[in-house]
Amino acid sequence: MAKVEQITAAQAAALVKDGMTVMVGGFMANGTPECIIDALVESGVKDLTIICNDAGWGRKKNKQTGEYEGKARGVGKLIQNGQVKKVIASHVGLNPEFGDLYTEGAIELELVPQGTLAERIHCGGAGLGGFYTPTGVGTVVADGKETKVIDGVEYILERPLHADVALIGGNVVDESGNTRYAGSERNFNVVMATAADTVIVRARQIVESGAIGADYVETPGIFVDYIVGGEA
Amino acid sequence: MTAVKNFIAARVAKELHDGDIVNLGIGLPTLITDHLDPSIHITFQSENGFVGLMPVEPGKEDPHIVNAGGIPAGIADDGAFFDSVTSFSIIRGGHVDATVLGSLQVDEKGNIANWIIPGKMVPGMGGAMDLVVGAKKVIVAMEHTNNGKAKILKECTLPLTAKGQVDMIITEMGVMEVTPEGIVLKEYNPKYTVEQIQEATEATLIIADDLQPMI
Repeated sequence: MAKVEQITAAQAAALVKDGMTVMVGGFMANGTPECIIDALVESGVKDLTIICNDAGWGRKKNKQTGEYEGKARGVGKLIQNGQVKKVIASHVGLNPEFGDLYTEGAIELELVPQGTLAERIHCGGAGLGGFYTPTGVGTVVADGKETKVIDGVEYILERPLHADVALIGGNVVDESGNTRYAGSERNFNVVMATAADTVIVRARQIVESGAIGADYVETPGIFVDYIVGGEA
Repeated sequence: MTAVKNFIAARVAKELHDGDIVNLGIGLPTLITDHLDPSIHITFQSENGFVGLMPVEPGKEDPHIVNAGGIPAGIADDGAFFDSVTSFSIIRGGHVDATVLGSLQVDEKGNIANWIIPGKMVPGMGGAMDLVVGAKKVIVAMEHTNNGKAKILKECTLPLTAKGQVDMIITEMGVMEVTPEGIVLKEYNPKYTVEQIQEATEATLIIADDLQPMI
């Protein structure tokens, strides 16, 4: 099987250009490839649209001093650094700095129910034009969307999501890109790896092709364009 | 306050049955695990991607395992990890027997509003909209009023999380079922009269013929 090119986090960050749409795997930074995020902060790329379950962890303003305290994690680092134009996520409540930026009008937000977000990405990766879901019927989520009754149940039409780049938090990856994840880090990583033009996987450990065993591969290497070795 | 929440959680625990797959919302619902009958086996689902959610002993945290709040968690020996698409196939597809969640408002049509607090930054619905639509049984566990202001209404006034999905409401005042006819009071806390419970409720309660004391 063909080998996948191994690059540094800085080289990975250089593939992300101003204005791009970037999917970032992870759930509250669990499964987010932090080494690539750090390299993006370093690169200063801007006007990104981030598709992620959440806005990561963010700093909180101390009301007395007016200073921000705490430490951002995951995509929260890019938000803190002013590199993000828009976030498409299911939940942003654990990033207070995001809330402040949003209130100031400095960042856009599209909230999507978590299951709908996953399935929209799935459609984007699977060549589907959308799907009908009962989630959100009768709520603001349904506003402006086509509805359809199928066998007596009301559904709304949701459209696919696709990205320029996906940043995936793998654990053990073989030289052909076959990927395994650790613990609950699979989350959005598995589906995002199918739905972007360029897919970059962080590998805590890189092993010889075949060493994972075909029975145990969670993301087939055919989806993977680049591997970045890194612990975080 | 904690005593009231534990009282509610203890009553909700009786609604969970051996073999059930259950997803608990944040806050009060997480107290339910302290009140489960030890002779039954419940599998807890964590929507970020596993079944078999359990607490982790301090000092034994695995950095790769967190719950849906992003906090270190444990997984049972019979648990399994999966990705978000599978997680929400489980949730929307009716494979979760019950979900228990708090709410700001519930109404007599089974509508629920629990994701937008007026005047506050909207944190996002997370998985709540999928859960209330997909779970076989939706149990709202909450204090009966918000400092005396009714939360069980004729019609929700806040933006909805879902339409017509609530099956049961459990508060410190009683146990109610949502039916096509309206909200039926099935059990009452003997600390209150039925009149007091109705007074704290905007929706008109239908009193069950076999009304029982709670717990």
